Amino acid sequence: MEDKKRNEAYNKYVSAKIPKTRPWPTLFNSFWVGGVICLIGQGVNDLLLLIFPSLSEQSAWAYTLIVLIFIASFLTGIGVYDQIGKFAGGGSIVPITGFSNSITSPSIEFKSEGIVYGICVKMFTIAGPVIVFGVVSSMVVGLIYWIISLF
Amino acid sequence: MKLVQTIILKKQPRIIGSYTIVGPKEGNGNFGPYFDYVMKDDCFGEETYEKAERKMLESAVTGVIEKAKLSVKDIDIMIAGDLLNQIVSSSYAARAFQFPFLGVYGACSTMAESVAVGSVLIDGGYFDNVVCCTGSHFSTAERQYRFPLELGNQRPPTSQWTVTGAGSCILSLKGEGPRVTMVTFGKVIDWGINDVNNMGAAMAPAVRDTMLRHFKNTKTSPNDYDLIVTGDLGKLGSEILIDLMEDEGITLGVNYCDCGQMYFKRDQKTLCGASGAGCCATVFNSYLMAKMREGQYKKILFLPTGALLSATSTQQGDTIPSVCHAIVIEM
Repeated sequence: MEDKKRNEAYNKYVSAKIPKTRPWPTLFNSFWVGGVICLIGQGVNDLLLLIFPSLSEQSAWAYTLIVLIFIASFLTGIGVYDQIGKFAGGGSIVPITGFSNSITSPSIEFKSEGIVYGICVKMFTIAGPVIVFGVVSSMVVGLIYWIISLF
Repeated sequence: MKLVQTIILKKQPRIIGSYTIVGPKEGNGNFGPYFDYVMKDDCFGEETYEKAERKMLESAVTGVIEKAKLSVKDIDIMIAGDLLNQIVSSSYAARAFQFPFLGVYGACSTMAESVAVGSVLIDGGYFDNVVCCTGSHFSTAERQYRFPLELGNQRPPTSQWTVTGAGSCILSLKGEGPRVTMVTFGKVIDWGINDVNNMGAAMAPAVRDTMLRHFKNTKTSPNDYDLIVTGDLGKLGSEILIDLMEDEGITLGVNYCDCGQMYFKRDQKTLCGASGAGCCATVFNSYLMAKMREGQYKKILFLPTGALLSATSTQQGDTIPSVCHAIVIEM
């Protein structure tokens, strides 16, 4: 009982003492880098439609995603994306480039354990939850959409 | 003489040689000029970082034997530890040698643990020359405890940087060097911190406990030591320790310092400082030993701390238990 009280008091003391992240500069960097990534995406999309006028808008979106994923994966491979991430935080994690980075980085890291047990098993250690939640939530939304369409 | 937790050594084994090997980032840090060997890159000519860590420990053992002007045949036993699961780096490093091996694990306190165990073995009269070795590698520790290296995430302000480095020393009754005079083995202490990015706060209570016990048993106070060195509490942890000791009526003044806090330069962006088994191992076996031999410090109290957690215990929501062993080195 006494231990519990001491631990609570200690935890309280520690949380008051820990250095805090400065929110404004962090948010600002996150915002502008995230914005730049989106701008690049839009640029690629517009360029695709300009070069291939026959391309449907939806296919252009798909190709844009592929281009962004490739760029992020490439930058991860040459050791640049983690530097961007250190600086921008959420700004480079939230866009699809961050997703690409979260799959490429464990693949590189665990290459030493072989193709099957290393790359294939560990590839989704970070991105796994994102995929699970993505699939589950789209199922739920689909179900709701189907129920509404019945009336 | 044996007191509760503390052993006052009769024969006082000497540290007749010490050797350190570190990575390039560590070489650029504050202790850079004192290290024996600075690797050109983190891979050390190996395919994987794990193999590099092994090779580091192996080189540290070979290096210290050479530096102490002994041969491999003179060594009676090797006591070593590291941070990886099943302390593989130490065991694999020991595979290269023909002497018995004792693996020890005390996380970042392993250096003190191995020296303490080694001194007691010599004091008991069972061994003549004991080699103690401890190391860690940033890239292997990151992968085991945290995230892949290339993942673009941010480190919280309380996090510390695992040192890539290994340190080793030889304890013996014959030869010249600083003496190990007292040993205090620490208890495992847990004050309920569960933030893995705040090791300093988790470990500070363990230092407090061992330090109080040590002062009480040996009837000494901070002023009796030229230097009181903790392992890797880092910037935040050492501030917390000063507060905790103040609550007990003990003031840690200018003769108190922390290896983790001093290790890197400010522009090396390591936030709260250095950590890892290699942190205090490399400071102890380079800077501290050099300064003791020069005569700048006559009596040092060395208290490395270890956070005894695993990635699984953290994921299961457990708090972080810690341990701290103290050794007194006199010239």
